[in-house]
Formats: sequence, C-alpha cells, structure tokens
Amino acid sequence: MKPPPFTYCDPESVDEAVALKSEYGNDSLVLAGGQSLLPMLNMRLARPEALIDINKIGDLQKIERRADILEVGAGVRQYELEDHPLVGELVPLLPEATGYIGHIENRHRGTVGGSLAHADSAAELPCTAVALDATVVVHGPSGTRTIAAQDFFQGWMTTALEPEEVLVAIRYPVTPWTAGHGFVEVSRRVGDLALAGAAAVVNLDEDGRFTSVSVGVLGISVATVRASAVESALIGEAPTEENIARAAKEIVPSVTSGDDLHATRAYRRHLASVVVSRAITAAVARAHERSNGK
Amino acid sequence: MTTSTAAKYGTARRTVTMHVNGWGVTREVSTRTTLADFLRDELDLVSVHLGCEHGECGCCNVLFDGHSVRSCLMLAVQGDGHAVETVESLSVDPTELHPIQESFAEEQGLQCGFCTPAMVLRTKEIIETGHEMTDAEVRHEISGILCRCTGYQNIVNAVQSAGAKLRGDGGPPARADSRVGEAAADRGEATADGAAGGRS
Repeated sequence: MKPPPFTYCDPESVDEAVALKSEYGNDSLVLAGGQSLLPMLNMRLARPEALIDINKIGDLQKIERRADILEVGAGVRQYELEDHPLVGELVPLLPEATGYIGHIENRHRGTVGGSLAHADSAAELPCTAVALDATVVVHGPSGTRTIAAQDFFQGWMTTALEPEEVLVAIRYPVTPWTAGHGFVEVSRRVGDLALAGAAAVVNLDEDGRFTSVSVGVLGISVATVRASAVESALIGEAPTEENIARAAKEIVPSVTSGDDLHATRAYRRHLASVVVSRAITAAVARAHERSNGK
Repeated sequence: MTTSTAAKYGTARRTVTMHVNGWGVTREVSTRTTLADFLRDELDLVSVHLGCEHGECGCCNVLFDGHSVRSCLMLAVQGDGHAVETVESLSVDPTELHPIQESFAEEQGLQCGFCTPAMVLRTKEIIETGHEMTDAEVRHEISGILCRCTGYQNIVNAVQSAGAKLRGDGGPPARADSRVGEAAADRGEATADGAAGGRS
C-alpha cells in the first residue's frame, strides 16, 4: 500500500499554508501528525492533489497561558498535552482524556489540531473541546476568526473550516480550581476507537449542589454531543447516585448511531447513559477532593 | 492549478538528510515514499517490518528523535533533519546481542519474530524512563504493538528482565524469585522455565 502521487508542500509559516490552501482549496489536505491521514492515503481513500505539511511551522507548536485562557497550538503533539505541567494544572481534563487516544506511538506524532480538524465522532479531543466550551482559532485569507467548539463540529467528519482556512490553535478556558472533572470511555481493546465515552466538568456550591455541569459525549452520533438535557436535569440538585443516574438517562434520545460491527444501537443507548453517569460521578468525587483539600 | 506559491513545490522528488542509527545519510526520495519503505528499500534496514501499513500493527515502529512512531504513517521527506533509530542500532556486531535482545531470547519473548524488532525498541524506550513497572503497566506500554504468537506473557517477562539488567538491580519487583542471572548463563534452561509457565 503506497500513497497516491501528490504535490508535497512544506510551508514554514501559517500565511504560506493559507496561500497554498487558497490555491488548491478542496484539492488539498493538511498533513499534521498523519495518524488518520496517512492510513487514508495508504489505502487511497484520500487522493489530494496537494499535501500541505504544517510540521515545519514553529508558530503552531506553542502552549501558552493568556489570563484565563490556555491556548494550545494546532501542531502540539498529543503526548505533549499529556505531559505538559501547565496543561495538567490549568485544564486537568485534557491530559486525562488524551491518554485514551490510540497508543503512545500515535500520540507521539498525532497533533491537537489534527484530531480537531479530522473530527471523528469517537475522538477524545473534539469531545473535551465541546465539554470545556473551548474556542477553535482558524486562519484564512482575510485573517483570523474564532469558532465555538460546539459550532465547529458540524457532522460526520465535517467541521466549520472553509477550504482555504487552516486550524491554528484551540483556546480552553482555565478550569476553576474548585471544579471537578471526569473522563470515561469504553472500547473493546486498549487503544481502539471508543464505543462511547464522556467528559464531564462540574462545580458544586457550599451545600454540595450542582451549580454547573458540562458534559460532552463521544461515539454515539455523527459528531460529539453536548449533553444539555443531562446538564439541566442536574443544576441545583444534590450529586446523589440516584440523581446522577436519572439525569444520565436524558442522553439516550441523542444516540443516533445505528448497529455496526462493534456494537448494536441498543447497546450504545445503554452505554451512553453509563459513561455519562460514571464521568459525572468521577467529576463529583474530584470536586469533593478539591474542596476538602483547600 | 499550479501558480505562484505552489510552483516552488512542483518537484516529485526531494533530497533528504537524516541521522539513521547514528550515521548521516543523504538520499533522493519520491515525496510520497513512506519512512518505512525508505528505511527498508533505500537503507536495507529490514528490521522495519511492514504488517498492515495503516498504523494498526506497530511492527514498523522506529524511534524518531527518541520517540516511538509508526514509520508507515510518516513520509520519508518528513525525516529530513531528524534522527531515526531501528533495532539494527542496538549491536554493532551482528553476532552479539544487546542485553534487551538477550532477555527476549532467554525469556522466549518471541516466536515468529515479526513484532520483535518493534517490541525490542519499545522496551528500550520504556526502560530509559528509569521507572520500574508492574506487569500490568508493561502490558499497557506495549499495547501499541500486536503480537499474534506469544500471548504477550513472555514478552512482559523479557521487558522486566531487561529492565532489571539495565537498571542494575536484582530483579523486577513482581518477581522475588528472579532467575535472570541463571537464565543468562543458559538459554536452554530459560526456555524450559518459559515452557513450564513459571511466571505468573
């Protein structure tokens, strides 16, 4: 299996990458970590006229704090997200979820921006982006624009990126110190794409009731789902096992994946409420730890 | 379609220079050649085994700037200016084994051998972190490489044995009755140990 012929472009600046995207448009693909694109090229599922390799663009490799925002460049490797002390301190959901992406060999090459732009509905980074209310930063011929993560993921491997645009960074709001987070996914084998998974961030008031809940769910639909019905069912409630289990069932109508090789629809509907409930429970436990620890 | 900016990238072949197993090599390659094919076909490093060629099996893993990667999921042109290590780098003399390779032989950590170069390289990478690991942690760390023969247990034993040797301690934590020293003296005995399923 060999990739089909393409024009290989390795620009050293974002502007040059955008110029190439503007010239080739939909006939070009951006190569970041290549952990999804190279298999597609090797199997000739993708046949771009031009391949725009962004690995030489140093501006895309940064991890920076700006006030209450953690900005991660599109070219940052996934293993760096797992290991970087700033990420663990400011947005602790990220390293936890990133550890579930493929295997370490994939995370050594795979990038943050690549996973977001590929937009697999079972992928961890789109799910955490939605759960964390992150903002995607893209650069095009007329400059930079930002897109809320929830609007960025539009459907099956489909994003709000225009053909002449390049994803350059993602901005995560810094998670409050007292918040708790949880990430749970179920897959057949370690490193496989998840059958279903959930990311949760919760805040509790002084009486221990939910003041905020945000939950993203992967693997159950054409794109990551924000579990709004689950969230609103919990606001103001106490984080009891019964309350969480009852609210988690609100995810079931959002399960649109049909039967496939890996799971039946009925099983995914069951699994969706299980992972949601477990992720929220883990987040509550962390919130308790943090409020007791301070 | 090809205009101003794109024009400079018109060429289908590029000259690349990379450090492979400590040697500087310069070759002209087709831009669509994978790193795996480059290492095998241009440099004759046939320890890079091609199983699936789409990133599932892990048998083509190499160390790229010290990190294990799937060489079938990279292009040779992306290696320009970088360092690549394959299992051929472990022993200069082909008749002598590196301690990790010795451990794989002693512990019967291989059968058909197809995944072995990748497993040995991954072992090197794991050991270099300096942390002792439980068997479960080792299993997790090698989970990116498929072995269809061994059932993994003897590979885990080999990783633990190699770790103990290279750290210079008596034996891995999970095995108080370490027989690493004896096994090193007699490969046949180690094989008998493995066949008896003496490791838990």
